[in-house]
Amino acid sequence: MLDNLTQRLSGIVKNLRGQARLTEDNIQDSLREVRLALLEADVALSVVKEFTAQVKQAALGEEVIGSLSPGQALIGVVNRELTKLMGEHNDALNLAAVPPAVILMAGLQGAGKTTTSGKLAKLLREQNKKKVLLVSCDVYRPAAIEQLRTLAQQIEVDFFPSDITQKPQDIALAALDFARKHHHEVLIVDTAGRLAVDAAMMEEIKQLHAALKPIETLFVVDAMTGQDAVNTAKAFGDTLPLTGVILTKLDGDARGGAALSVRHVTGKPIKFVGVSEKMNGLEAFHPDRMAQRVLGMGDVLSLIEEAQRGVDHVEAEKLAKKMQSGKGFDLNDFKMQIVQMKKMGGMTALMDKLPAQLSQAAAGAKVDDRQINRTEGIINSMTAFERSHPEQIKASRKRRIAAGAGVQVMHVNQLLNQFEQTQKMMKMFSSKGGMAKMMRGMKGMMPGMGR
Amino acid sequence: MFGFLKKAPPTDTSENTGWLARLKTGLARTGSQLSELLNRGGRIDDELYEKLETILITSDVGMDATRLLLADVRRQVKEQKLTEVVQIKEALAHALLKLLQPLAQPLLTDARKPFVIMLCGVNGAGKTTSIGKLAKHFQSQGKSVLLAAGDTFRAAAREQLMEWGARNNVTVIAQQSGDAAAVIFDAVHAALARNIDVVLADTAGRLTTQAHLMEEIKKVKRVIAKALPDAPHEVLLVLDANTGQNALSQVKAFDEALNVTGLVLTKLDGTAKGGVIAAIAKAHPIPVRFIGVGEGLDDLRPFVAKDFVAALLGVEE
Repeated sequence: MLDNLTQRLSGIVKNLRGQARLTEDNIQDSLREVRLALLEADVALSVVKEFTAQVKQAALGEEVIGSLSPGQALIGVVNRELTKLMGEHNDALNLAAVPPAVILMAGLQGAGKTTTSGKLAKLLREQNKKKVLLVSCDVYRPAAIEQLRTLAQQIEVDFFPSDITQKPQDIALAALDFARKHHHEVLIVDTAGRLAVDAAMMEEIKQLHAALKPIETLFVVDAMTGQDAVNTAKAFGDTLPLTGVILTKLDGDARGGAALSVRHVTGKPIKFVGVSEKMNGLEAFHPDRMAQRVLGMGDVLSLIEEAQRGVDHVEAEKLAKKMQSGKGFDLNDFKMQIVQMKKMGGMTALMDKLPAQLSQAAAGAKVDDRQINRTEGIINSMTAFERSHPEQIKASRKRRIAAGAGVQVMHVNQLLNQFEQTQKMMKMFSSKGGMAKMMRGMKGMMPGMGR
Repeated sequence: MFGFLKKAPPTDTSENTGWLARLKTGLARTGSQLSELLNRGGRIDDELYEKLETILITSDVGMDATRLLLADVRRQVKEQKLTEVVQIKEALAHALLKLLQPLAQPLLTDARKPFVIMLCGVNGAGKTTSIGKLAKHFQSQGKSVLLAAGDTFRAAAREQLMEWGARNNVTVIAQQSGDAAAVIFDAVHAALARNIDVVLADTAGRLTTQAHLMEEIKKVKRVIAKALPDAPHEVLLVLDANTGQNALSQVKAFDEALNVTGLVLTKLDGTAKGGVIAAIAKAHPIPVRFIGVGEGLDDLRPFVAKDFVAALLGVEE
């Protein structure tokens, strides 16, 4: 995600190492590098200037001295200032309204409003246990309403039908009425994409806002947006009393500088980030973690949180118990691990969350979701007896399993070897199993990672 | 509904000038910034260059291309002994034109029949909308057009294209199935059977980091070649003009996967700058076939470097 920026900043620190202290001169060079790195990451120039000025001021202060190396000190300063710029802490959605709490989505064409509306509905239903209603006021783009209807169906959330002959405001008010009568707690209103310079369309959403009085007005912005993010965000912020921002398509290789710009210009918190095409690909935005990620510390916290959400806790506890006893970990459990990992979005999604250096190392190990699928297939071809007694799997059984899974005997052997290693690892865990330890042990435990 | 009334197509007589005017409005911010800087007069000094650099960077031109352009301007100033600040604008226009001219290669579809065009791009770049506009463009040249609804992933993408087809009386080939390659394969066959001139194949948006999706689109291209050898004749990458430096990595990744033969730059209206074209011209030049400056059907036009530079810099003809 912000890897390139991370690498760039790591490079700067390398340049700085071996120097006793930061001087006005060498900090000037480094700051120029920081400035370039941020510009190449599409952070708006005005924001970059302010930011580098802040870093300079802070770095030239006394914080630089002490037991830290100059590089560490600069990283610390950049990290602190970056976190400050991105908003110190995560702001959750405010749903404290007389139900239904109305959420209005606004943004440019193609920013991802409709997809994000669906993701948000799913998230509110699953994590906040809310009864959600979705409605589309996009009467312009062909099949936009159809798109939201399909998504609503997919995630099993109520959908209020509308059609393109209606006025957006009428649709919204009818949906609001419907939500009240049917006791929906949240109403998410998707709108048409509009340009900030299109006065008529901006007026339309202003009136929509006045009619709906939403408790949350969210500005949806593409993480790939360039320098213009500032102007767009400003125009939307001037027209609508925004309450937050959602940054989409952060799973691409855009460096995400727009996050900094939009945050700086609107002064509104980034509440969520879109990280996958799948409907569960919406995560809470954590400014501190984002800053750490920029600096190459990775997003281990996010990873753990995600793991906790995706993993079935009852199953996890069972596994933990088995781990505590140090025995009885069999291929059934091995398979369960695979299933749970898939729930978290597969190996690739997990790898994205690791620090830049780590995920690069992992990339070298050729992590492949397909291989994980194959592993699952092999286990599926075993009988219940074989799964609980892997040591009984000898040549003849191996041949049958391989034929059943459509692989070579060699692959069955590989799997069994991996399983043995994992079992050994399990035994190494002491009496306290715990999720944290599982996560730490993950790299070794992951089926499909060994070669 | 009012959206369509509001964006009524310009009348025939003023059509061309109207489009140019819209292009200018779209790119006006850069132009006005520049005019403000250069009409103020004064000397050509480091401060001026720095301000020029700022303007270029805030237009998404990117560091590399900015350096190149400024070096060219400095060279011209030195060689032609320019002293007036106003002349800088002309020098910059020169430099920019030199950079962009090679990209201005119109798309010629007469050599093959059917001429198969495959579109690709990241999510939300404007692929499906561009297809509608391109269909209109080719129709206005008296060509028969067929659309292939190859975006089988996004909810209602198929409906969006079919809606377009219905509104503009263009055949759309779509299937219930989830396989883009199969849909487009069918469409090419249908085009052969119906003696169609141009086939426009839509694909699902994908981020370049999604390795499996990039593999899938490679397969789509291979399958098209099975339906008609040497097709697709054109692979168009659709780029959102609001995109920053990531546009470069999009161009690189899609080119690597598909051998992109042309670019379409959308959403140049609004406050978008489109300076990223310069960044692309510098780092990874691929012909820009079309640029879009509005939501109307006629708002997608072939890229003309001179017009673009004039609009970007606010130069009067």
